[in-house]
Amino acid sequence: MSGIVLVLVTGVGLGALYFLVASGLSLIYGLMHVLNFAHGVFLTLSAFVGWELAQRLDVASWGGFALSVLVGGAVGALFATVTELVLIRPLYERHIEQVLVTVGLALAAVALFEGIWGTDAITVAGPPWLKGTTQVLGANIPNIYWLLMLCAAVVLAAIVLFLRRTRYGMIIRAGVENRAMVTALGIDVRRSFTLVFAIGGAAAGIGGVLAMHWYTFVSAHMGSTLLIFAFIVTIIGGLGSLTGAAIASVLVAVLQQFANTYLGGTGDLIVVVLLAVVLLVRPRGLMGRTL
Amino acid sequence: MTRAAARPTWRAFVPAAIGVALVVIMAILPLLNITLPGILPGPTYTPGSLALLSLCMVFAALALSYNMLLGSGGMLSFGHALYFGAGAYGLGIILEYSGVPLWPGVFIALIGGLVIAMVTGAVSMRVSGIPFAMVTLAFAQAGSLLVTRNAQITGGEEGLSLNTENVPDFLVGVVNTRNLYWLCLAVLVVVYLVALWVDRSSLGHVAHAAAENDLRVRVLGLRPYVAKLILFVIAGAMACLAGISYFLLQSGTVPRAVSADLTITVLVMVVLGGVGFRWGAIVGGMLYTLLDQRLTVLAGSEAIASLPDVLRVPLSEPLFLLGALFILVVMFLPGGIAGTVDGWLRRRRGRSARAALSELGDADDAMTAEAAREEVGA
Repeated sequence: MSGIVLVLVTGVGLGALYFLVASGLSLIYGLMHVLNFAHGVFLTLSAFVGWELAQRLDVASWGGFALSVLVGGAVGALFATVTELVLIRPLYERHIEQVLVTVGLALAAVALFEGIWGTDAITVAGPPWLKGTTQVLGANIPNIYWLLMLCAAVVLAAIVLFLRRTRYGMIIRAGVENRAMVTALGIDVRRSFTLVFAIGGAAAGIGGVLAMHWYTFVSAHMGSTLLIFAFIVTIIGGLGSLTGAAIASVLVAVLQQFANTYLGGTGDLIVVVLLAVVLLVRPRGLMGRTL
Repeated sequence: MTRAAARPTWRAFVPAAIGVALVVIMAILPLLNITLPGILPGPTYTPGSLALLSLCMVFAALALSYNMLLGSGGMLSFGHALYFGAGAYGLGIILEYSGVPLWPGVFIALIGGLVIAMVTGAVSMRVSGIPFAMVTLAFAQAGSLLVTRNAQITGGEEGLSLNTENVPDFLVGVVNTRNLYWLCLAVLVVVYLVALWVDRSSLGHVAHAAAENDLRVRVLGLRPYVAKLILFVIAGAMACLAGISYFLLQSGTVPRAVSADLTITVLVMVVLGGVGFRWGAIVGGMLYTLLDQRLTVLAGSEAIASLPDVLRVPLSEPLFLLGALFILVVMFLPGGIAGTVDGWLRRRRGRSARAALSELGDADDAMTAEAAREEVGA
């Protein structure tokens, strides 16, 4: 029993991390039809900046930790905004080229990170509480998972509020639904492109700092590993659907943890099999519209 | 009239003639003593230079197979490394554990790659465009995980090395790099001919038309799914062949041969060379491999080490430079090398053709004017 609880809770926690990466990807794809390969490097850069900050501040204190998460989000948002303005915008509506540019950026950025911070993983120490465990129904749950869930819930709530309650959020939702119509109404959708990139970058940046504490180390390739799972999550959830991404994140991560624990570490393969099944049965994903 | 009719047929033979000449030159290169300072590490007959050139040809073949997908079929796949890796690891595992001789082993590995391409292709083609790219990436990632996880079979991170027991002597050892070089050249030629055949066949035409307008092809009663799947499988098999030659050339393979990194590398090669141009893919593959090799040498050089950090760090990372070059090509040189050259040639040809046309047009005008005058006169 306690084993199942452990797997369930850690699965949901891991799902929270996936969601932080996948939410931005899904929004960006939904609005702009751009597959952002550079999303992983937003995450990695934020993690490195978070680590640098941790070296300078007292990251063992909660204040320092919270600051590093916030700065991570800001760095991610800034990097994403610059990417959109400099690389994506000039290639307006040329989707394949936009994908290629993000691929090039991912390639160059990872190499640059390796040049600056070295190829080896760098360990990081967070607040001591994160290393501890909490007992729930007889299972010892590492505390980092509670934090992951909390942060993902806050981000999800913030994005949903933004999309439902603000004018720009409304434009983004309308743009995902029918971009031609929004443009025809005389609204400049391109400004919301930058905004979506910034939101996605911020979520990925927060995810990056948290992922660093989850792995307890940071390396230049951290982003690429998470990115692939985020891709799978966005497809299973349905491209462009935030709810779909949230459901699929949890589904994928829980399944992965179950397979890792009870099926001899086959979690990553099970996820790919799930992807194949979803594509065969329902190519548009769980919550996606017709492709 | 006869001159105008004769010229195109004469022109049609020029590329073929250049191609044959290039293959002949490449084939006799190991017998010559040519030094290309800055490009090759030594004279052309030395094993070091031959190994580098062979690697260039292996990647040119892989880029060519990828161009079949992206250029001919309009499919942006992020899982092409899977089939390359299937060839390399497939042959490695067969030679290591089954005791089958080399050539039947190559055949079995090819069949294996074909089957993997068929299964993964059939599933991933349920979606198209960007989702297709993501699904192929996921499959390749699964392959990559299989390789790194099953270390007792594949050697894990260490990689798998060639078991020379059942390999003919003339393909083993540094002394025989020359033979491996010819083998790689043969593979490149085979892949090129297959690509040429695909582009000329009705299969290639259907796939190409479906890339332009899928609905219209289906309305015409054709089945783009089947055509694209066959194209995907052929491209996968060719990548597998390139993987097999890579394994023999390097006498081993490392997990990088199935990684997403390799797919991205191939994508960079094809885009750099020019999507849709067979010779572009070859140029891109060779140029990238040479640049990668040379930039790595440059990164370790004294001149770089003495620079200030701001310059030293980016310059000592070959992938940073290649990534930046790739971004620049995508943004400012959309056709790649081949597309730019081709556009320039077309413009030149177009100008002479236009000149001829306008001469004709002038004559026409003169004649109509003459006729009008006569009519008025009458």
